[in-house]
Amino acid sequence: MTVAEANYPDDLLYHDQHDWARLEGEDEAVFGITWYAQDSLGEVVFFDPPEVGATIDKDSSYAEVESVKAVSDVIAPMSGEVVEVNDALADTPEKINEDPYGDGWLVKVKLTQAAEAEALHDAAEYRKLLENE
Amino acid sequence: MNGAALRRTPLYERHAELGAKIVPFAGWEMPVSYEGIREEHSGVRTHAGMFDVSHMGEVEVEGPAALAFLQRVLSNDVAAIELGGAQYSCLCNEEGGVLDDLFAYRLGGDRYLLVTNAANHEDDLAWLGRWSRAFDVLVRDVADRYAMLAVQGPHARGIVARTLGIELPPRMRVATARVGGRPALVCGTGYTGEDGVELLIDPEVAPPIWAELLDAGVVPCGLGARDTLRLEVCFPLHGNDLSPDRNPIEAGLGWCCREATGFVGAEAVARARAEGTAEKLAPFRIEGAGIPRQGNPVLAADAEVGVVASGSFSPSLEVGIGMAYLRSDLAEPGTEVEIDVRGKRRAARVASKPLYEKER
Repeated sequence: MTVAEANYPDDLLYHDQHDWARLEGEDEAVFGITWYAQDSLGEVVFFDPPEVGATIDKDSSYAEVESVKAVSDVIAPMSGEVVEVNDALADTPEKINEDPYGDGWLVKVKLTQAAEAEALHDAAEYRKLLENE
Repeated sequence: MNGAALRRTPLYERHAELGAKIVPFAGWEMPVSYEGIREEHSGVRTHAGMFDVSHMGEVEVEGPAALAFLQRVLSNDVAAIELGGAQYSCLCNEEGGVLDDLFAYRLGGDRYLLVTNAANHEDDLAWLGRWSRAFDVLVRDVADRYAMLAVQGPHARGIVARTLGIELPPRMRVATARVGGRPALVCGTGYTGEDGVELLIDPEVAPPIWAELLDAGVVPCGLGARDTLRLEVCFPLHGNDLSPDRNPIEAGLGWCCREATGFVGAEAVARARAEGTAEKLAPFRIEGAGIPRQGNPVLAADAEVGVVASGSFSPSLEVGIGMAYLRSDLAEPGTEVEIDVRGKRRAARVASKPLYEKER
């Protein structure tokens, strides 16, 4: 398995359940799991996505990622409606390990409450949070 | 673990150095993986991998009545083990429930070694101690005397023989050898479905021997790969597939029970064999997406018909696999069932053993 070194890009917002959001325009965002999340889980072998059109709620599970040994809920960092799912992960779920902020993105969401972004952490805050894990 | 301190094997520092992910397991701090379960799994299937299984227990049984005693407590026909032989057996309670499954090795005329599961070792000792009172035999806990390394894979035997400069016994045999200058036992057994050996060595020489095998190209493997490897070939795991509430017949282990020997539990096992059991342990494959896990309900025609005992992703088959206790009439290869994986029904088909068969 090839995995990048631990990194937490500055252009993302972070949820304390180890999820990230990348804001795009006024009311859209891409979600994924952080380097820490994929490293804790180990090699991802299955991504069980939500359906396009599904409503997801901040702080609630909207998908599952599974490694050989364990299954983990994916927590929504913000609320909205799923407008796109990363279908490539069906065949190559290992992208979540190899490129968690790039090809390993999970869903694109039309946000219903863009102000929720204010409750998320920036990279520095998230790194500090990890020091206590 | 009742707050008791976790134990470490003599190889703990080596695992930490290699960056292993270490988890508590049966009272021990054990490596679950190093580079990744899939890589370790395929290392064993295609080359050679090694597992630190020093957490497993060893019990020596010695004395004029050693055979008679073991014949009483073990399910298999212990009299059939020749000098230097090995045999798989169940340790049953009076109701035929499986307390543990283990290998018995005959080291001498009236001297045997049992290798127990770590989680059951203390209970096994107490059980064996209790039944041994009626026999002229000594039951000794010798777990501290051995570190245990399983080296498995198509190239495992060649590498071990060459690297350690020892002769290896054939499959299902045990031989004494000197490893790292100390007396050791070399066993032609394993838990992966691959050829290989299990080395019982002096704990003091375990770190240098581990390093030598590592240098020889053997892939360090954790408990994660050990589990996927054994599940692919349908070897049962005590605590998942075997338990005191299940008898060997429903677990598919009738082949290692010889009721005529009169072992503890033989009557119950004979009854289960004659009358059949309500459920049977059966391997299955998921037909599409989804990974079954222990405890998932099994459904047929919307009714609950069983429960998953072991479930995982199969690195070799790249699909979800498992073994489930199923209503006996459904436990036939080809039967279509559904597995309720966290609220999602996943189509599955009962398969025959093993789930993964090596191309030879």
